[in-house]
Amino acid sequence: MTRFRLEQRVEPSTAGRYAGYAVAVGLAGCMGGIVFLLVGANPLTAYTVMARGAFGSLHDLSEIVVKAIPLMLCGLAVGVAAKIQVWNVGGEGQLVLGGIGAAGVALFLAPRVPPSLVLPLVVAAGFLAGALWAFLAGILRTTLGVNEILTTLMLNYVAIYWVEHLYFGPWRDPMGMGFPGTAILPEVAWLPRLPGTRIHLGLALALLAAVLLQAVLSRTRWGYEMRVIGENEQAARYAGMPIQRTILWVMCLSGGLAGLAGMTEVSGIHYRLQQGLAVGYGYTGIIVAWLARLHPGGIVLAALFLASLLVGGDQLQAVMHLPSAVGLVLEGALLFCVLGSDLFSRYRLRWWTSRA
Amino acid sequence: MAEPAICLRGITKRFPGVLANDGIDLSIGTGMIHALLGENGAGKTTLMNVLAGRYRPDAGEILRAGVPVRFRSPRDALRAGIGMVHQHVMLVANHTVAENVALGLDAPRCLLRWRHIEDQVRRLSETYGLPVDPHARVGELSLGQQQRVEILKLLQRNVTLLILDEPTAVLTPTEIAALFVTLRRIAREGRSVIFITHKLDEVMEIADRITVLRRGRCVADLVPADVDNRRELARLMVGREVLLDIHREPVPPGEVVLELRNCSGDDARGHPAFRNMSFAVRRGEVFAIVGVAGNGQAQLLAALAGSASFSSGQALLFGKPLESAGCRARDQVGYIPEDRAAVGSVSGLDLTDNVLLTTYHRFCRRGVLQRRAARARTQGLLARFQVAAAGPDALGRQLSGGNLQKLILARELSKEPRLIIADQPTHGLDIGATMNVWNELLRQRARAGILLVSGDLTEVLSLSDRIAVIFRGELMGILSAADPEAIAEIGPMLAGVRQG
Repeated sequence: MTRFRLEQRVEPSTAGRYAGYAVAVGLAGCMGGIVFLLVGANPLTAYTVMARGAFGSLHDLSEIVVKAIPLMLCGLAVGVAAKIQVWNVGGEGQLVLGGIGAAGVALFLAPRVPPSLVLPLVVAAGFLAGALWAFLAGILRTTLGVNEILTTLMLNYVAIYWVEHLYFGPWRDPMGMGFPGTAILPEVAWLPRLPGTRIHLGLALALLAAVLLQAVLSRTRWGYEMRVIGENEQAARYAGMPIQRTILWVMCLSGGLAGLAGMTEVSGIHYRLQQGLAVGYGYTGIIVAWLARLHPGGIVLAALFLASLLVGGDQLQAVMHLPSAVGLVLEGALLFCVLGSDLFSRYRLRWWTSRA
Repeated sequence: MAEPAICLRGITKRFPGVLANDGIDLSIGTGMIHALLGENGAGKTTLMNVLAGRYRPDAGEILRAGVPVRFRSPRDALRAGIGMVHQHVMLVANHTVAENVALGLDAPRCLLRWRHIEDQVRRLSETYGLPVDPHARVGELSLGQQQRVEILKLLQRNVTLLILDEPTAVLTPTEIAALFVTLRRIAREGRSVIFITHKLDEVMEIADRITVLRRGRCVADLVPADVDNRRELARLMVGREVLLDIHREPVPPGEVVLELRNCSGDDARGHPAFRNMSFAVRRGEVFAIVGVAGNGQAQLLAALAGSASFSSGQALLFGKPLESAGCRARDQVGYIPEDRAAVGSVSGLDLTDNVLLTTYHRFCRRGVLQRRAARARTQGLLARFQVAAAGPDALGRQLSGGNLQKLILARELSKEPRLIIADQPTHGLDIGATMNVWNELLRQRARAGILLVSGDLTEVLSLSDRIAVIFRGELMGILSAADPEAIAEIGPMLAGVRQG
C-alpha cells in the first residue's frame, strides 16, 4: 500500500517558490480550459481572445492599469490588516463609503472652497469615509471582541444599500431624466488623467501607498509593533505593546485604503455616484493580497495581473458570448492553485510504502 | 534480565546540518524506569520522538517484544502501547480535562459517553495519585496539573511504555516526589517508563537503569549502583569535569527597588489568586519566591508586569507607585518570562527583531526604527553571551532552548535594569546553560535587585539571599538563606505550614 503525506520543509526554498508560481499559473490555465470546454468553447480560442483583449493594443494595456488601481488599493487594504491577523473582508463596503465621501464633498462642499483645495479634500474624504466604516468593525472587535470577519462582511451590504438609496433618492440628479445617479461632479474634483487614456492620478496614489506601507512595516516603530503582534500576540503583550490600539488603527488604515479605491473610481472614472461602483474590487482585493503573500510590492504586481484577467475576461463576453462568470472561475482557479503551490513550497510530499 | 519490552537498534536520525542520533542502541526492560540523561541537544528528545512515531529514523529499527515495528505516526505508536508526554504540553487549552482525555480516542463511536470518560479520569487519577478535576479547563491549570492530564491521557489508552520528556522541569519538590510515587506505581504494574532529564539527583533517585547520550551517541549504559558519584555522571554527560559551583560573593544591599505592601490580586476568572503580599527587594540581593506551580505566582508576576492589576494594596517600583510608573521606569525592569518560546521571543522574526522586542523604544527616533544600530547591537550581544546562532538574521525558531534563553537574558540585561524579574529562568536548560544563567544573574546584583520566581529548590538555594515561600496565594514566611535552621522549614512551608 502506498500513501503520501506532507512533511514540513526546514527551509522553504525561494527558487522553488517561483517555480511553484509558474506551475500554479499553468495549472489554473488548464482548469480554466476545462471550464471553457464545459461551456462549449475552444480553450485555445478563448485564451487567444483574452490575450488579445488584454494586451492587443496600447488602449487595452491602459485599461489594465485603470482596473489595477482600485485592485492595488483594495489589495493593500486586505494585506495590511492580515499582517496583524485581522481579516478585513469589508473592502467592498469601505470602497463604497469612500465613493460616497468623495462624491459628497465634490457635490456639496466644492462650490464653497477654493478650487485648489477641492481635490485634496475629495481624496481625504474618500480615505476618512472608508476608515470610518472599518472603524465601526474595529471598535466592536477591540471593545467587545466581536469577530471582524462577520462585521466587515455585513457592513458591505449596508454600504451598498446606502449608496443605492443616495443615488436613487436624496442625491439623485434632478436633471438626470430619471437616470439613477448623482449629478456629474464639478471638474475641479476630477482626478487628472494621462492624455488619451483613462489612467488617472489614482495610479500614483496607489503606488505611493504601496511604497509607504512597505516603509512603515520595515522601518518604523509602528510597523515593528504590527509585525510582532501579527507573529505572536503573547510576546507583544509581554513587550507591553498596545495591541488593541494597534488593531484599531490598522483597521482604520485598511478601511481608508479601500476608501481611496472608491474615491478613485468616483472621481477618476465615473465622475458621479452611480451604479457600477460596487463591482467586486473589494473582494478581488482579497485574492490580490494573498497572491502576493501580503507583500506590498507583490500586491502591485498581483493587481496588474488580475486586472489583465478582468480586461481579457470582458472580451470573452463581448466576442465569444460566454457568461461573464467564466472570468470569476479563472480568478478562483488561480487563487486555489497559487495557495496550493505555496503549501508545497513550505511542505514536501513524501511517499510512504508500508509492507501491510 | 527478561526479554526487553522495547529494543532500539542503530537508530540514526539526521536533520539538515545535524546528526541528531548516530546509531543508538537502547533496550527498555519491562517494568523498568529508564533514565535518559544528556545535555541539551544530546539527541534525547529526537530519539524519543522516533520511538513515539513522530519522526521516522533514517536508519535502524525498533523491536517490540522482539518483533520489528514501524510507526508512521504517533497514533501508530500509541496503538502499539507507546505514549509520550512532551516537554511542552500538547493539550487543547480551551477544553476541559475530560475533553482532552477523550481527544483522539480510537473508539469508533459518534457519541462520546462523557459520564463514562469522566468516571475513568476520576478512577485513574485516584489509582495513580494524579489529582485533577475532570471538569477543569486545561488552560486554567498549572503546568504541573497539565502534565498530570497528559499522563492520565496515556494511562487511559493503556500504554505499556510511557515516555516523559523532562517532566520535572516545571515541578516543585513536592510535585516531583508525588510524580515519582506515581511512576513507581506505573512501573510496578509491569509498564515501562522512560524518563528524560538532565538532573542528576533525580536520576539517582528514581532510575532502575541509566543511559547517557552525548552528541547523538550513547556513551554509557549503567545501573545506579555502578555510579560512584554524581560528578561521574555529569562528566559522562558533558564529556568534561563540570564545576558544580557558582561564584557568589556577597554584595552589600542597596536601596529598595520593588516593594509590595499588602497586595492582593485575582486570576482571569476573578477568583483571588494571591493575598496580602508584603515584601521588598533591594539592589544587591536575590529575593526568591519559591512554591509549587499554580499557587498564585503567575498572577503576581502578571500584576508586576502590568498585564493584570492588583485588586488592593500598594506596589512601589523604585519608590513610586507601580500604576503610575512611566515607560522610563518600566524600561529599567528586565523581565525573563517562564515561557521563552511563546512569550519571550517571536519565532518567525529574526534575532535583531527579537532583541528589539523589549528594547525597541531605545532604537526609535521620531517613530523610525534604527535597524542598523539594532542589528549591530544584536551582533554584539550574540558574541558577548556566546549565543550559538548563524547571526542576527537567523530566525528565532532556529535557536535551541538554551540559546534562546541566552538571547533573552542578553536582551533583558542589555537594558541595564535596576530590577530583574526572572520566572523559572533555567527551566529546561542543561547544566552548562544553567550555570551561565545563574552566574550572569549573580553578576547583575551590583546594579540591580533580582526577584526570582522558581520551583527549583536547588536554584533558589544557590542564588538567593532571602527566600519567600508561597502557598495558595499567601506568603508562608520570608527566610534568610544564610540561616540553615530556616532552610529546613522550607519543605513544610511549601505544603502550607506557616513560619513558626
